[in-house]
Amino acid sequence: MKTNDVILQFTAKIVFFIIFFFSIHIFMAGHYTPGGGFVGGLLTSSAIVLLVLAFDLNTVRTVLPFNYTYLTATGLLLALATAAFPMFKGKPFFTHYFDYFDLPLIGKQSLHTAMLFDGGVYLVVVGVTMTIIQTIGEDE
Amino acid sequence: MLQVLYIFIPMLAAILVPFLYKSIKNIHTGWFVLAVPATLAIIYASYIAKVAKGEVFLAALPWIPSLDISVISYLDGLSLLFSLLITGIGSLVVLYSIFYLDKHKEKLHNFYVYLLLFMSAMLGVVQSDHLITLYFFWELTSISSFLLIGYWYTRDASRFGALKSMLITVGGGLMMLGGFILLYLMGGTYSIRELIVIVPDLVDHPLFTWSLVLLLFGAFTKSAQFPFYIWLPDAMEAPTPVSAYLHSATMVKAGIYLVARFTPIFAVSELWVWLVTGVGLVTLFWGSFFAVKQTDLKGILAFSTVSQLGLIMSLLGGAAVAFHVNGAADLVFKFAAFAAIFHLINHATFKGSLFMIAGIIDHETGTRDIRKLGGLMSIMPLSFTVAAIGSFSMAGLPPFNGFLSKEMFLSAMLALNEFELFGFDTWGALFPIIAWIASIFTFIYSFYFVFRTFTGQYKPEQYARKPHEAPIGMLISPMILAAFVVIIFFIPNLIGDTFVKPAVQAIQPFLYDSPSAIDIHVSAWHGLKPELFMTIGIVIIGVLLFVALPKWQGLYNLFPRSLTFNNAYDKIMHGLDVGLNRFSRLYMTGSMRHYLLYMFSGIVAIVIGTLFVKDAFSISFEGAAPVHSYEIILIIVLVIGTATTILAKSRLTAIIGLGSVGYTVALFFVIFNAPDLALTQLVIETISVALFLLAFYHLPKLGKREERMRFQLNRAIISIAVGAMVTLIALSAHSQKLIPSISKYYEETVYSLAGGGNIVNVILVDYRGFDTLFEITVLSIAGMAILAMIKLRMNRKEKAHENK
Repeated sequence: MKTNDVILQFTAKIVFFIIFFFSIHIFMAGHYTPGGGFVGGLLTSSAIVLLVLAFDLNTVRTVLPFNYTYLTATGLLLALATAAFPMFKGKPFFTHYFDYFDLPLIGKQSLHTAMLFDGGVYLVVVGVTMTIIQTIGEDE
Repeated sequence: MLQVLYIFIPMLAAILVPFLYKSIKNIHTGWFVLAVPATLAIIYASYIAKVAKGEVFLAALPWIPSLDISVISYLDGLSLLFSLLITGIGSLVVLYSIFYLDKHKEKLHNFYVYLLLFMSAMLGVVQSDHLITLYFFWELTSISSFLLIGYWYTRDASRFGALKSMLITVGGGLMMLGGFILLYLMGGTYSIRELIVIVPDLVDHPLFTWSLVLLLFGAFTKSAQFPFYIWLPDAMEAPTPVSAYLHSATMVKAGIYLVARFTPIFAVSELWVWLVTGVGLVTLFWGSFFAVKQTDLKGILAFSTVSQLGLIMSLLGGAAVAFHVNGAADLVFKFAAFAAIFHLINHATFKGSLFMIAGIIDHETGTRDIRKLGGLMSIMPLSFTVAAIGSFSMAGLPPFNGFLSKEMFLSAMLALNEFELFGFDTWGALFPIIAWIASIFTFIYSFYFVFRTFTGQYKPEQYARKPHEAPIGMLISPMILAAFVVIIFFIPNLIGDTFVKPAVQAIQPFLYDSPSAIDIHVSAWHGLKPELFMTIGIVIIGVLLFVALPKWQGLYNLFPRSLTFNNAYDKIMHGLDVGLNRFSRLYMTGSMRHYLLYMFSGIVAIVIGTLFVKDAFSISFEGAAPVHSYEIILIIVLVIGTATTILAKSRLTAIIGLGSVGYTVALFFVIFNAPDLALTQLVIETISVALFLLAFYHLPKLGKREERMRFQLNRAIISIAVGAMVTLIALSAHSQKLIPSISKYYEETVYSLAGGGNIVNVILVDYRGFDTLFEITVLSIAGMAILAMIKLRMNRKEKAHENK
């Protein structure tokens, strides 16, 4: 018997983007308001999981052809590189820098190296959760 | 700075090796590697002239400045000599290995990476002036030599030998670290140079003797002294270039180096003199005696190395006596230091060439068993010449360098005999006798090695291959070394002035202002002295015993095999293996429930126990927030959810129950103004429920046993105890605030220091960034583990399917 889940699939497509952009917002906002890389990453994965539930693993994999293990590795490297970078300038490991900039369109903004590190966390979280879900889901 | 970087050049070069190996197939990778030690040897050679005048070079590279740890390279006579041996003999060994190791069959990239790593480690050991970095490099030599010895890892014997050498040397290294730490506690500095200066303050310290003994453990295990020598023969499972390198020139000499380096600190102790001299002599005798028993060519060399190391060690013990006597009498003891260093150089030359010859014989005939070998002289004349030069030098015959150092050794031992301190006048009489007997056996095994292999009957059917002379490339390195053996005999004083005297000055810095102040002249003819007669005796008795060898070799079989140190090691290892296995089987049942039981009861016992011991219970509701009605409702929901999870008959119900618990906790976070936590908790709950649903299909059905779970008293007790523990901790933590909460600090600095507004996030990425970094690493490892576990199982299933 083939189930009819057109409504679920249609909603999932829209909701995926809503959650995804919300997760980006949460990630960016993290330094001043609740949020950050960890939650942001989890939200992104939950958005993908929603797609997986509405469609199936293979469809999602063709739509989002990421190798999640590479994503994890990239995240780790980004975090490590951010932490190690100050060493080349003679500062201790994990020295963070931040400053305020006037950017076009969005006005005065602060930029942190901590944000880069958090980006690493974000990628690792997405990578690991999706690796786990994908491998368990594929295991027939 | 640059001087420190030289140490790391081989390590950095090692990074390139795999790429060279993979991309350039038709050139042997060894040719590229050869450039590294050769370049370094030239660099270090440029220091020779200045160091020979007594200059020292010092360079530092800070590593962990806050802990006062830095890599300090200190080049004086001693470390320069070792650096030259490491790089010089290293170059010859690499050259030899190019012909020894087949570029198609062997995993060359592994080999050269390990070798270069080892080279860096050795350079670090001999140049470090900082105790902690010295230890770091010391253990790095153990690890890299483990990899080298186990290079043919598919062979059981290789892995066994590698493990044995590592267990013993790392164990000794750990004790040495203890000695270092004690030295630091006493002296307040990690620098060996500075420690030497303040020795008079250290001597009377109660920890002085402890640090001495601990340090000697490190030196003795590394230099294969009695009774720790047992790893060295097993380490012969390594490829021959490795044996030649590790066991003639470098690793085993690290212990010698350590003793020499620390002589200025510890030599004032009577115990040091006794231990170093005594253990050295026993090792010398033991090694030389049992070398004749061996049937494996490399086995003979291994035992001979053991005995020669003992010889050098005992000479260093004699050198320490120089710190105790004054006037004319001390000349002989200064002599001992000279002899030790001189013999060290000689040993590296002749033993290196002998190892390479053993490798050549193995390579060309397919066997190393001396009972099968024989009659190779006419077939391999060049190898025979080199082997004869090396062996005669080892036996202490002129005109080879071994003769000179052997004479000096005998005179030093005779001098010890006359030394009247610490009871040397009574027991000391044994020293020259032991030395003399050991020298006879040294003579015998040297002859045994060369004549059994090259003379006698040629039996071609014994060999796996048709023997022929080795390719010239393989012979270059041993021939160069053999040439040194002869050259050094004729120019001993040049070697003495450039290499030995600066090193001696490093060992006995209080006695000399500069290397040129050392008034020792080596001469082949030193008059009709007792040591000359001793040598004549050695030759006569040695030849007689060698000729009669078959008649008395049966003597060795009289020693019961069960009474050897090797057997003891095997027994201990086997016992540990079996015992620990049995022990872990006691609790590793494979049931998750059991593990949780252990963990939770352990936590409860530790925490509640600590609370009791520290008298930390305290309950006060002062300053507690009022409890609202909706909080009570949430708690009821929480309890119901938990109860449902436990009592549910179907798994789906249990999952839903668990989910409701998670969401309720998230609500609590919302109420208590922790939006960050609430957000995370909500998303985590969602994802874990989704995960459960994914895995749901695969989980086994709830069994009968679980369906009607009996009430289990012990589990109930532990769960209640865990609950009580958490409550107690929460209450006690709330009731007594001994130190102000750190949150104030974060509140004040979060904007000024980190430029952020959200404390939780700033803590995660900034204040405790290290934590987060390691957390995501752990997370990644967990993800990879799950991937590996499931993917591997799938692969295996597929294979099983194919096989059907």
